Amino acid sequence: MTPPVLKASNLTKRFGNFTAVNGVSFEIRPGEILGLLGPNGAGKTTTIQMLLGLVTPTAGSIHMFGLDLSTHREEILQQVNFSSTYISMPQSLTVEENLWVVARLYGVSNIARRVNDIVKKLEMEEFCGKITRKLSSGQMTRLTLAKAFLTEPRILFLDEPTASLDPDIADKIRSLLKEERRSSALSILYTSHNMREMEEMSDRIIFLQRGRIVAEGTAQEIIDRFGKADLEEVFLKFAREQEQSSS
Amino acid sequence: MKLHRITALIVRHLYLYRRSLPRIMEIFYWPFLDLVIWGFITLYLARYQSQVPGFVTFFLGALILWDMLFRSQQGITISFLEELWARNLMNLFASPLKPSEFLAATMAMSVMKVTVVSIVMAGCALLFYSYNILIVGVWLMPFVLNLVITGWVIGVFTTSLIMRFGQEAEVLAWSMVFLFQPISCVFYPMEVLPEWLQMIAWANPAAHIFEGMRTVLGEGAPPIGDLAWAVCLNGTLLVGVVAWFYRTVAYCKDQGLLVRVGE
Ligand SMILES: Nc1ncnc2c1ncn2[C@@H]1O[C@H](COP(=O)(O)OP(=O)(O)OP(=O)(O)O)[C@@H](O)[C@H]1O
Ligand SMILES: [Mg+2]
Repeated sequence: MTPPVLKASNLTKRFGNFTAVNGVSFEIRPGEILGLLGPNGAGKTTTIQMLLGLVTPTAGSIHMFGLDLSTHREEILQQVNFSSTYISMPQSLTVEENLWVVARLYGVSNIARRVNDIVKKLEMEEFCGKITRKLSSGQMTRLTLAKAFLTEPRILFLDEPTASLDPDIADKIRSLLKEERRSSALSILYTSHNMREMEEMSDRIIFLQRGRIVAEGTAQEIIDRFGKADLEEVFLKFAREQEQSSS
Repeated sequence: MKLHRITALIVRHLYLYRRSLPRIMEIFYWPFLDLVIWGFITLYLARYQSQVPGFVTFFLGALILWDMLFRSQQGITISFLEELWARNLMNLFASPLKPSEFLAATMAMSVMKVTVVSIVMAGCALLFYSYNILIVGVWLMPFVLNLVITGWVIGVFTTSLIMRFGQEAEVLAWSMVFLFQPISCVFYPMEVLPEWLQMIAWANPAAHIFEGMRTVLGEGAPPIGDLAWAVCLNGTLLVGVVAWFYRTVAYCKDQGLLVRVGE
């Protein structure tokens, strides 16, 4: 079996005496899409931020490509990228300028061609000369996705990447993600509150509730295990439980 | 350190300035106003030349040098604030960029701003008041270099505070440096300060530079002692504030502040 590209062991994050992520362990294999599911506040974003080195774990370890993130930050981050609806990019630069800056930051070679490719792939020709401030939220989402693809990462972290996209573009983005992972063994960690999307995209799903993993497996396995009709029902079960135990 | 990551940040700022007239104006606004106001005051006071010898030379020279320090500090702090305002810090800190490279890029921005402002100010002083900053002579360059580094020290310090305390501390970007002005002895010799304040001023590298400037302009003596103190203090303080910046980054990552700043 191929070794995992990412291995998180016993990942824990406490803010003061509040535990946001609690002893989470999982692996991602090359070319695998792992879905991270859970109600608001379950710890999905915090987990991703720890994997990006933006938040230091209280306990546990993170390895990517066999390297420890706490000691090989630069080598690892060179090969990963992320996108989410809540990140922004410099508003006074044009879309194209923003992509050039990112490309330089990651030392991408042949920048002009690479930027061109990405703009075509994400169908951004129409607004790539625009000032970023003037983009619609869906266009902005495409820009942050473009910046993530631009650097040809081996692992992509996507925190609710399709939240503000229209169904047509969202569908195209999903196809693109699947295409990339087929052609280049890109691994993806994905969060979304769209259950259909989760089922369609994920090879495997991890359910988080109050910072803990409460279920793990393919969508079908999870549905069967809890005797529910679909993923949405499983989600509701966990969400209601989380609500009750915190009230 | 990787050069391409540093130049990426510099290019990003140049894109920003290329399109933003208010930002370009801001660079010149204070120095220019300073020069106008102090220039006239100096002209007026120059009538009493006899009481304070070399008055004009001291004042305008000090003013131009002070603005170099101020611009140098702003070069660092404003570059950081731009990233904060753009909510771009997360993109940067989740990239392979290292804190040292981030600082190097802001320092390069600071040097560019100081260069542009100095040329404009020195030109204006020559044009309006027939004042030539070059009378400071060969010591001008070491003075300027030291003031730029003192500007970095204050700039990195302020940046750390803003990073730690968020946008509420933003006002420090403009106000912090003025806390240093009285103890930099820009317009008066250190000896006029009360004794306890002299001790504090003594630890400020900028104070030694302005003392040195007066030594050169007043007595024409080489300011070796002043410069030596300034260099030692600058070196020590720069190492200190960079270490403090690193600690602040680590603290912010621990508290999850890096991803929260911006609102
Ligand atoms: N810097 C921080 N300081 C204190 N608490 C925090 C911090 N960051 C996150 N938390 C808390 O940790 C918990 C998990 O937050 P997180 O953003 O990871 O949830 P999430 O699963 O992404 O939720 P959502 O679906 O709403 O995006 C929340 O209760 C949140 O309030
Ligand atoms: Mg979230």
